[in-house]
Amino acid sequence: MTPPHLELRNLSCTRDERCLFAGLNARWEAGDLVQLLGPNGCGKSSLMRILSGVSREFEGEILWRGRKLQEQTWEFAQDLLYIGHQPGIKKSLTPLENLRWYASLSGSASDSQLIEALAQLGMAAYRDIPCGQLSAGQLRRVALARLYLSRAPLWILDEPFTAIDKPGVARLEARIEQQIQSGGLVLITSHQDLSLAGVKTLRLEDFRPGAGGLL
Amino acid sequence: MVWQWLHRWGSPRWFYEKTGPWVAWLGLIALVLLVWGLVWSLGYAPIEHKQGQSYRIIFIHVPAAFMGQGVYLLMAFCGAVGLIWRVKVCFMMTKAAAPYGAALTFLALVTGAIWGKPTWGTWWEWDARITFMLILLFLYIGIIALQAALPSRDTADKACALLALIGSVNIPLIKNSVEWWYTLHQPATIKIIGKSAMHESMLYPLLLMIFAFWILTAFALLLTTRVEILRREFRTRWVQDLLAAEREEGKS
Amino acid sequence: MSQASTPGLMRGFAASFRRDLLIGLRHKGELINPLMFFIIAVSLIPLGVGPESQLLARLAPGVLWVMALLACLLSLDGLFRSDYEDGTLEQMLIQPQPLYLMVLSKVLVHWLLTGLPLTLLAPLLGLMLALPAQAYGTLCLSLFLGTATMSLIGAMGAALTVSLRRGGLLLSLIVMPLYIPVLIFGASAVSYALDTNPQSVPLAILGALLALSLALSPVATAAALRMSTNA
Repeated sequence: MTPPHLELRNLSCTRDERCLFAGLNARWEAGDLVQLLGPNGCGKSSLMRILSGVSREFEGEILWRGRKLQEQTWEFAQDLLYIGHQPGIKKSLTPLENLRWYASLSGSASDSQLIEALAQLGMAAYRDIPCGQLSAGQLRRVALARLYLSRAPLWILDEPFTAIDKPGVARLEARIEQQIQSGGLVLITSHQDLSLAGVKTLRLEDFRPGAGGLL
Repeated sequence: MVWQWLHRWGSPRWFYEKTGPWVAWLGLIALVLLVWGLVWSLGYAPIEHKQGQSYRIIFIHVPAAFMGQGVYLLMAFCGAVGLIWRVKVCFMMTKAAAPYGAALTFLALVTGAIWGKPTWGTWWEWDARITFMLILLFLYIGIIALQAALPSRDTADKACALLALIGSVNIPLIKNSVEWWYTLHQPATIKIIGKSAMHESMLYPLLLMIFAFWILTAFALLLTTRVEILRREFRTRWVQDLLAAEREEGKS
Repeated sequence: MSQASTPGLMRGFAASFRRDLLIGLRHKGELINPLMFFIIAVSLIPLGVGPESQLLARLAPGVLWVMALLACLLSLDGLFRSDYEDGTLEQMLIQPQPLYLMVLSKVLVHWLLTGLPLTLLAPLLGLMLALPAQAYGTLCLSLFLGTATMSLIGAMGAALTVSLRRGGLLLSLIVMPLYIPVLIFGASAVSYALDTNPQSVPLAILGALLALSLALSPVATAAALRMSTNA
C-alpha cells in the first residue's frame, strides 16, 4: 500500500457566489504536521470539511495515497479521523457509550481500551455520567479520547484545543507528536500557538482572489 | 458531445446571451396564439348542450391544469440535471418556475371552481381532478417555502431540486390514489371532460389553447430565468458591462 | 491501545441501532407526547360532531388515520435535529458505513418508539369512536404498515429542514402531500373492513408503498442530510 500522503491540485471553493479560495496546490507526506492559518471566516473550516469528505463542494482534485477521494470512500473513511468544531458527542449518552459507538463504526475496541483512552484525558472517573452533565471542556476531552483509540494515519483536527487547559494541551501535543513520529499526517487549525517543532503552515489568505473582485 | 452541449448551455452568461433574441419572439407568438385561442373558444366554439355557455371555462381550465403539471415535471427534470451535472442554470430555472407553476395551478383551481358552480351548484366539489390540483398546489407551495426558508443559496437550490424530484416521483402515486379514492366514494358521476364526448369543433380550440399556454409558459420561464441570472451574476464583469451599456443607451 | 479489526456493515448498523434506541429511551417523557396527542385529538372529535355512535363509527376510520398521521408528523421534527446540533451528523457523513444504513437505523428506532405505540393504542381509541368489532384487525394492520411508511417519508422532510431553527411547520407542509396516498389506502382499508368487503387491495398497496419507501426514501434522506450539513 502506498504510504500516506495528501495532495491538493488546483483546489477551489465557491459558496453562494463568494470565492473562498482558489488555485490551492499542496502536497503533504507522512510525518507532516500542517497548520492552517488565517483569520476567522476565510475558509479554514470549509477547507477542513472538504478534506475530510464532509463537504463535496469543491473544484479541483484531492488525492489520498495517489488516488482520488471519490474512488476510495471506504478506504479513506478508515484512514481518517476528523474532529470538527463541534465535539460530536451525544449529551444523552455517557462518555463510554459515545465512544462505544465510534469504536464499533471504525472497527472494534473492548471497554477496557475505551476506559484507558478516557483515562489519558482524565475522564475515566466520568465514564458513566451522562454527557449532558459535563462541562464544555469535559465534553471536548471525551471527543478527543478518540485520538487515543484511532489507528487512522490522517488526522484532521479543527480547533481541538478549545476549552482545554494548559496541561491538557501539552498532553495532546505529545499525542500528536507520537502520531507524527509513527508516520501519520496531521492537519490542524488552532488559535493558540503550537509548541511543536517542524510545523508546516498554509496561509489560506494567500489563495483568496482579490477582495470584492470581479470574477 | 452531450457533455459539451450541457456545459455550454449551463453557463449562465451563454444562456443569457443566446436566449436574448428568443424572448421577444416567444412573447409575440404567445400573445397571438392566446388572442386567437380565446376568441375562437369563447366566441365561436359551439355550445355544449348539457352545460350551456358556462362550459367555456374549460378552455382556460384544462390548459392551465396541463401546464401546472408540466411545469412541475420540468422543475423535477431541471433539478435532476442540476444535481447530477452541477449545472447552475438548471437551479435558476427551477427557482423561477415554482411560483409560475403555482400560479397556473391556482388558476386551474379557480376556473375549476367557477366551472363547478353552474354545473354542480357548488363552488367546491371534491372530485378527483380538482383534489389533485389542490395537492399539486401544496407541493408547489412546499418548494417555494423551502426556497425562501433556507438562507444559503446553494443549499436552497439543491434542497429544492431534491424536493421537486421527490414530489415528481410521488405525483403518479398521488394521482392514482386520488382517482381510486374518488371512484370509491362516488361511483357514477359526471366527469369533467368525457374524452370520447369531445366533438372536434371543441377539440381544436382546446388544443390551440393548450399550445398557446405552452408557448406562454416557455416565454414566462425564459424571462424569469434571465432575470434570476442577472440577479445572481450581478457582481461579474459581463453583467456590469451589460448594465453600463444599457445606461449609455438610456442616456443617448 | 487501538482497535484490532476492520469495520463491518452489520456491526455498524447494529451499533447505530443500539445507540439510537438508547437515546430514545433516555427521553421517555418525549415518547409520551405523540401518544397523548393521539388520544386528546381523537377525543375532540365527538365533542365537535356529537356523540351519536352511528356517525362516529362512519367517521372513525378516517379520523383515526388522520390523527395517527398528525401524531407521526409532530414527532418527526426532532429526528435529526440533535445530531445536527452536536456535530454527530458530520461524523455520520464520513464513517465507512454508508449513510443509508444509519438513516435506516434512525427511522427504524423512530417507528419502534412512535409508530408502533400509536398502532397499539389505536384499538382503544377505536372503542371510543364506536368502531365495530370487525374493523379492529385491519385498523392495526393498516396502521402497522402505514406508520412505518410515514416514518420513512417523513425522514426526507426532516432531513431537508434540519438546518432550520424552526423547521417544524415547513416540515409539515412539505411532508403532508406525500402522505396522501398512504392515508387514502389506509383509511379505505378500514372502511372496507367496516362493510366486510375484502381488504386485500388497499392493504397490498400499503405494503407496496412501504416497500417503495424502504428502497428509495433513505437514499433521498441521506442526500438531503448531506446538503443540510453543508448549509
